Amino acid sequence: MNHLPLIIKREYLTKVKNKAFIVMTIISPIVLIALIATVAYLSQISSNKVRTIAILDESGLIKNAFKDTETTKYKFLTNIDLEAAKVLVKAQGEYGLLHIEKSIDVNYLENHVKFYSEDSPSLSVVSGLESKVEKSLTDVKLVQVGVDLDKIESAKIDVSIIQENFSGEKTSKVESIIKLAFGGAAGYLLFMFIIIYGNMIMRSVIEEKTSRVIEVIISSVKPMQLMLGKIIGTSLAGITQIIIWIILGGVLTALVGFVFGIDMNQTPQQQVIQQSIFDQQLNGQIETVFAGFYHLPLTNLIIAFVLFFIAGYLLYSSMYAAIGAAVDNETDTQQFVFPILMPLVLSVYIGFFTVIEDPHGTVSTIFSFIPLTSPVVMLMRIPFGVPIWQQLLSLLLLIGSFLLTVWFAAKIYRVGILMYGKKPTYKELIKWIKY
Amino acid sequence: MHNILEAHTISKKFGEFTALNQVSIEVPKGSIFGLLGPNGAGKTTLIRIINQITMPDSGHVILDGEPLKNHHIKDIGYLPEERGLYKSMKVGEQALYLAQLKGLSKAEAKKRLHYWFDRLEIGDWWNKKIQELSKGMAQKIQFVVTVLHEPKLLIFDEPFSGFDPINANLIKDEILRLRDNGSTVIFSTHRMESVEELCDHIALINKSNKILDGKLTEVKRQFKSNAYEIGVKTANIKALHQDLTDKFEVSPAQFKTIDEQLKLNVKLGRNDNSNDLLRYLTTQGEVSHFVELLPSTNDIFIKAIQNNS
Repeated sequence: MNHLPLIIKREYLTKVKNKAFIVMTIISPIVLIALIATVAYLSQISSNKVRTIAILDESGLIKNAFKDTETTKYKFLTNIDLEAAKVLVKAQGEYGLLHIEKSIDVNYLENHVKFYSEDSPSLSVVSGLESKVEKSLTDVKLVQVGVDLDKIESAKIDVSIIQENFSGEKTSKVESIIKLAFGGAAGYLLFMFIIIYGNMIMRSVIEEKTSRVIEVIISSVKPMQLMLGKIIGTSLAGITQIIIWIILGGVLTALVGFVFGIDMNQTPQQQVIQQSIFDQQLNGQIETVFAGFYHLPLTNLIIAFVLFFIAGYLLYSSMYAAIGAAVDNETDTQQFVFPILMPLVLSVYIGFFTVIEDPHGTVSTIFSFIPLTSPVVMLMRIPFGVPIWQQLLSLLLLIGSFLLTVWFAAKIYRVGILMYGKKPTYKELIKWIKY
Repeated sequence: MHNILEAHTISKKFGEFTALNQVSIEVPKGSIFGLLGPNGAGKTTLIRIINQITMPDSGHVILDGEPLKNHHIKDIGYLPEERGLYKSMKVGEQALYLAQLKGLSKAEAKKRLHYWFDRLEIGDWWNKKIQELSKGMAQKIQFVVTVLHEPKLLIFDEPFSGFDPINANLIKDEILRLRDNGSTVIFSTHRMESVEELCDHIALINKSNKILDGKLTEVKRQFKSNAYEIGVKTANIKALHQDLTDKFEVSPAQFKTIDEQLKLNVKLGRNDNSNDLLRYLTTQGEVSHFVELLPSTNDIFIKAIQNNS
């Protein structure tokens, strides 16, 4: 009798109907969005505040360097001495006073620009002022030594390297970033999925043991069926949770943005990032981004993602199920969970450090074949283009070791679920396999 | 009589430890079969083998004339000693799930559950979670789940533990009724008084070996010691006591009487006849009491285990 669908249904429904699960599913995106919204809102308030900086330029050398921005206004003071200016600025509650001494010796001025303020100014304000004064004074000096500024301006060269692989496809920095994002997201998703839902499977096995329902169940179904049902049911609950998170997250983001008028994509940090991307002369390369997507081995990526994700997840979750069967309570799991977490963490490190550095190097290649690390590492490598034979070989190894692991796990599971009392040793676990 | 279950020379080892050694049992159809033995004797292992939870190393099991197969799961109802239910699941949902695992359709399971819940007057528990119920209440649910699919063979491991006397009686009556309706019951327990009351066949397992089996009456005959409990009203109690002590093995007996009299347990020798004793006693005084002492299951249990070790 095939009870697998029945078991899957029960596992799924119990997980999904569990209060803690429902709360987690609904609350976490709300909390997360609320947090982001608050931060975004607060930084918008602070950045909306216009600060005025008074400038007393007695040298008359830096007139043109200061242009008002949305957040900072510059006010040039004239016909006033320093002490009076200080009093005036303080009385008007302005942010601070920049003072440049009366001198035409640029080298002297280098160390004699002063900034007065009530509170100590923020680093960004000081460095902003510094760079502006620097630029003006450099220009002055250049002119002094007889250099034509226009010539310098026209002589400036901006290099943007065009990348192309040997078969003639264009690549670019943007593309590399996209590949990295794809691979990283895929690998990290698998990593998180294994940890969260692997643990859930383990707890569910332990629950059946502690409630002593297990013997009743396995007098009706084969332990292997129960184990697979548990893994599949819990995974489906996990997928449901993630889908709800994505939908809820999307809706909430839109809603918060609409209600509070906060453009989530325009937080100051992001502006800075965008600014820096523009600075790198990537401006106007939107088509490059699209080309980047287009150049990704998308079909390959999706197929590989599904296969490696499933095989890798099943490999780890069957180990989690075996651990759950071997012990009586959650506190005893540490000793056994640690060794299976090691390769998982290792694979993420390799993914984020080695693969990014050199996707086809020796280390990356080797670890994309070792079954315990291959799901994560290979998923991160694939966007950079991995020969099909390598993917197939790695997948074959993974599936092979998955079947082997499930077989071992089922053995431990079969014996372990009926063992109560003391925590087993590794030696005993090996003995169980022979029963 | 046709046997519902036959286990032939079952052996099972766990590593170096032998749990069962060449154990065979035959359970006649329609009987209540007591599977007895001290703790750790191997009863649970044998029961698990019958339930296909554990596979034997050697030997085979025949259920209703066929070698035990996967599909026989629906023919067996098993109430394990280590039992429990999903704590956070509702009673009804849970019972439905377990019944479906035994091969009942959802509609059929629901129908039968309602019948049983009404019968045991637990209908209003349907939407309660197990963790809200007392232990005895949960045991009732567990019993219903075990018998719901009307299996040919029912295996109860300590079915009365956790029940108060009233509910224990209720369950006992239900077990008898199931037997009368055609089920066969294997009954494993340490409560010898319930074996005495219910079982018509027993098997005794000790240290992985079966040391005794058969009809309970046969076993009792095997173990009877040819002893009689006597009460004699006589003028000279002392003399008669001395007389009997010289002829037989005697020990003081305890039973209630109105008059003062000689009360003894008299064990006859192999060649002695109870009629001769009675005849002799009637010459000595008025016999008020003459009962053959049958061994209780408890005595048999203890004796058999002691002889074995």
